[in-house]
Amino acid sequence: MASLDDLKKRIASVKSTQKITKAMKMVAAAKLRRAQESAEKGRPYSEKMNNVILNLSNGISDKENAPKLLSGSGKDKIHLCVVMTSDRGLCGGFNSNIIKKAKSYFSKLSEEGKDLKIVTVGSKGNDQLKRVYGDKIIANISFKESKNANYFDAEKVGKMVIEKFEAEEFDFCTIFYNQFKNVITQIPQAQQIIPLNTENSEENKSEDSYEFEPDEDEILRNLLPKNISTQIFKAMLENSASEQGSRMSAMDNATRNAGEMVDKLTIEYNRSRQAAITKELIEIISGAESL
Amino acid sequence: MSEEFKVEIVNPEKSFLVKEDVLEVVVPAFEGEMGILKDHISIISFLKPGIIKILSKSGDENFYVEDGIVEFKNNNLSILTSSIFNLTDLDKSKQQDLLKQAEEEASKPEINDQFKYLVDQKIEVLRSLN
Repeated sequence: MASLDDLKKRIASVKSTQKITKAMKMVAAAKLRRAQESAEKGRPYSEKMNNVILNLSNGISDKENAPKLLSGSGKDKIHLCVVMTSDRGLCGGFNSNIIKKAKSYFSKLSEEGKDLKIVTVGSKGNDQLKRVYGDKIIANISFKESKNANYFDAEKVGKMVIEKFEAEEFDFCTIFYNQFKNVITQIPQAQQIIPLNTENSEENKSEDSYEFEPDEDEILRNLLPKNISTQIFKAMLENSASEQGSRMSAMDNATRNAGEMVDKLTIEYNRSRQAAITKELIEIISGAESL
Repeated sequence: MSEEFKVEIVNPEKSFLVKEDVLEVVVPAFEGEMGILKDHISIISFLKPGIIKILSKSGDENFYVEDGIVEFKNNNLSILTSSIFNLTDLDKSKQQDLLKQAEEEASKPEINDQFKYLVDQKIEVLRSLN
C-alpha cells in the first residue's frame, strides 16, 4: 500500500492534470465556435459551385470531349488518396477515425490490384500512416503556421493535385476527412473528387436552360480546377470544426475522469490516515496494559 | 412593377454581400463587360479581373475582383469569387501590392497565353484605379 506521502503527491498531480484538461476544453470550445461558424459560412460557396457544375455537366453536349477532370482519364489503375488530419494530438478518436477509414479503403484497393498513392495533409496522419504505407506517401503537407483553415492553403493542395493529374500520375482521387455533425459526432468521409461524381445529380436536375458565355466546355474547363480547391477547402473547414469538437469532448471526458480519480484517491488517503491513527492507538493501549 | 432583383456575392470563407434592391449589375465577364438587369435570361459565365458595379436604390457600390463565376437565374444573381475587394477599402498600398504581384506573374516566362491575357487584364485594371 502506498504511503500517505505518495498518495498526497498523486492527488496533487492528478489535480494539476485536471486543470490542464479543463483549460484545453475551454480553448477547444472557443475555437470550435469559430470553426463551426466558418464551416457554415463556407457552405454556400461550395454548394453553389456544385450546383453550377451539375447544371453544366448535365447540359454538356459532347461527352466524348468532356474535360478529363469530369470524365476521368479513361483508366482505372492508380488511385490517389488525400488523407486530411490535424497537426495536433489530444483530440480523441479524431485522427484514428480518418486513418481507419482510409486504411480499409487502401486494403480494398490492394485487393483489387490497383496502385495506391497517398498525400497526407496534417502531420498526425503522416505519423500514423508512414509505418505501414511509408513508400506510398508521395507528399506531406502541413499548415502548422496558419491558424485557421484558409482558402489559400486549400488552393495549394488543389493545384498540386491537378498538376499531378495532368501529368497522368493517377486516375482517381479521393479525399478523406471528418464531417462535422455535432460536438460528439463526426463522420469520417471518403469523397471522390476526380473524376467528379455526378451520380446524385438526378434529383436536383433543373429544367431551365442556361445561356453560356463562352460555351459550356470553356466554362467547365475553368470551373473544374476551382471546384477541386473548393472541395478541399470544404473538407478543411469541416475537419477543423470536427477537430475542435472532438478535442472538446475528449478533454471533457478527461476532466471528468480526473475528478473521479481525485475522489477515489482522497478516500484512500483518508482511510490510510485513519488506519495509521488506529494502529498507533492500539500500540499505546497494549503498551499501557503490559505495564 | 419593381425593377429590383437580388444579388449575392460569396467567397469561400463567407457570404460576402447580399443585396435585395439592386437595379443593375455590371460584371467583367470573360468576353467583355456585361450589364445585367431584371428578368435577364438564365446565364452562366465567368469573370476576368475587373470591376463589378452594383447599382442599387440604397447606393452604388464597386468591387474589384480577380476571378469568379456569375450565375443568374430567376432574378437571383450569384457571384462566386475567391478574391474580391470593396473599392472603398482598397487603399493605395494594397493596390500597389496587388499590382506588383501581378507584374511578377506576368514576367514569368512559362505562363501560357490565356493566363497571360488574364494577368495583363489585372495589371491594366489595377493601373487604371490609380
